[in-house]
Amino acid sequence: MSGLRGAYALVERELVRFFRQPNRVAGAIGQPLIFWLLFGAAFRSSFRMPGGEESYAQFFLPGVAVLITLFTAIFSTISIIEDRNQGFLQGVLVAPIGRGWMVLGKIVGGTVLAVLQAGIFLLLAPTVGIALSPLQFLEAIGVLGLVAFGLCGLGFCIAWRMDSTQGFHAIMSVFLMPMWLMSGSFFPSEGLHPVLGWMLKLNPLTYGVTGLRHALGMTGSPSSAVCVGVTALFAVLMFVFALRLASRPAKGDLR
Amino acid sequence: MNAIEVAAVVHRYGERRALDDVSFDVRSGEIFGLLGPNGGGKTTLFRILTTLMAPTGGAARVLGHDCVQDARAVRAKLGVVFQSPSLDPKLRVRENLWYHGALYGLHGRDVRARTADRLARVGLTERALDKVEDLSGGLRRRVELAKGMLHDPDVMILDEPSTGLDPGARRDLWEYLGSLRERDGVTSLVTTHLMEEAERCDRLAILDEGRLVALGTPDELRARIGGAIVTLGAPDSEALQRALLDRFKIPSTLVDDTLRFEHEDAQALLPKLFAAFGAKITTVSVGRPTLEDVFIQATGHKFWSADA
Repeated sequence: MSGLRGAYALVERELVRFFRQPNRVAGAIGQPLIFWLLFGAAFRSSFRMPGGEESYAQFFLPGVAVLITLFTAIFSTISIIEDRNQGFLQGVLVAPIGRGWMVLGKIVGGTVLAVLQAGIFLLLAPTVGIALSPLQFLEAIGVLGLVAFGLCGLGFCIAWRMDSTQGFHAIMSVFLMPMWLMSGSFFPSEGLHPVLGWMLKLNPLTYGVTGLRHALGMTGSPSSAVCVGVTALFAVLMFVFALRLASRPAKGDLR
Repeated sequence: MNAIEVAAVVHRYGERRALDDVSFDVRSGEIFGLLGPNGGGKTTLFRILTTLMAPTGGAARVLGHDCVQDARAVRAKLGVVFQSPSLDPKLRVRENLWYHGALYGLHGRDVRARTADRLARVGLTERALDKVEDLSGGLRRRVELAKGMLHDPDVMILDEPSTGLDPGARRDLWEYLGSLRERDGVTSLVTTHLMEEAERCDRLAILDEGRLVALGTPDELRARIGGAIVTLGAPDSEALQRALLDRFKIPSTLVDDTLRFEHEDAQALLPKLFAAFGAKITTVSVGRPTLEDVFIQATGHKFWSADA
């Protein structure tokens, strides 16, 4: 399986690059962590979970894990633009490795980094009173992996044709961040205006966040099976789109 | 079998024809030069041959495999050295080669041994652990070369490989291409805009404005120009050009304010020119034809003036 080996090399490269740029570690974990501490403290007395006893720090925890995943996915797929501009990508494109393996290598690389960072963050759960059994932790990691794979695939599709990282930042502000805000991660999905309610229902990330809530032993609807199913479907779809994009020559392949 | 076949290749970018019905073959084991000014179509052809782009018309084949239909087979046989960098600057030199090898299905002890061997051949053994971003431009080019030949390709395609190399490294590069051919029978196609490099090729194709204007060995191409090349400088070169045609029936090319023409017997001609025009001529030079003269004769303009 020479394709698998090539994909694995791309994953390994992703990890090596990541750990050589420590500011990336700080960037992906730092901001979500600060959000969690700040909002957790700020909403401590005013927040009341509909029909539950959850504190805001507890409620917000899965959302922050997904935010870390989102940031990592963004950072690692934005590097496609750098790879293109710095020329590394052209060397990959003239190599005999199949495009599917190439896409898989890039997406799995980002997924591993995301799960690693979000997983470390989840270890903080007991500090706010969410008891985690090892099995629950593994389940949560599994859900995060699916979410990360889908988000990295989405990031791949956005980044593939882009020639500047500024363009990606713009999309992050107007599309990816709102997508996260409207996923039941920042405010509960119960009792919302119907329009907002529908936006949450149509947002694939909602199912990732809710799936993670289930894994952590928190309440949520729809059911765990539906959440995992939708999240997995989203991941597969994003991979297929990314593969289709990467199989057609892009103008920027040539430089 | 021919290593590379370019058959009636046409490529358009919108309205502009970057390649206009270009055909030639590169024989197995040749060092073949693709010479031409920037914007002449070299880079377009490079992209087509390396499977990065499909031509609008015609076909390109590497070792019999079509560059569009059979791109995977072409990619496996081809070693590519890009003009622009294709290394990951954050990775060490040897890591770049390892990961590159993995994309070609190489792994384990094999890829490590190959990496060590190629780095030794380009004189970079001591820099194997350096990050690419810490290397000078010339050293990075050498890593690119080592990378291009890591998987023992049958055909190497190099786009302006001597860009950024000092004269010593440039000489090493050409010796290296020669040794690849002698030892392993590797075919090389090299794009260049340097005449001195073109001289070192077995055969040359000259591309200008997307057309193939000359094809042959450097000696054959020079032999197309019979005698010597005469260059005349004059304050009013256009008037001199007309006079030369009227009185001596010699057509000449006006290039950068100097007149150029070829002549069988320049030594006998020069005194007559001075007798006829005297002070109207300010400078004279007579020389053996160079590849640049071939280019000028084939295209009617100076090599550099077509520079984009």
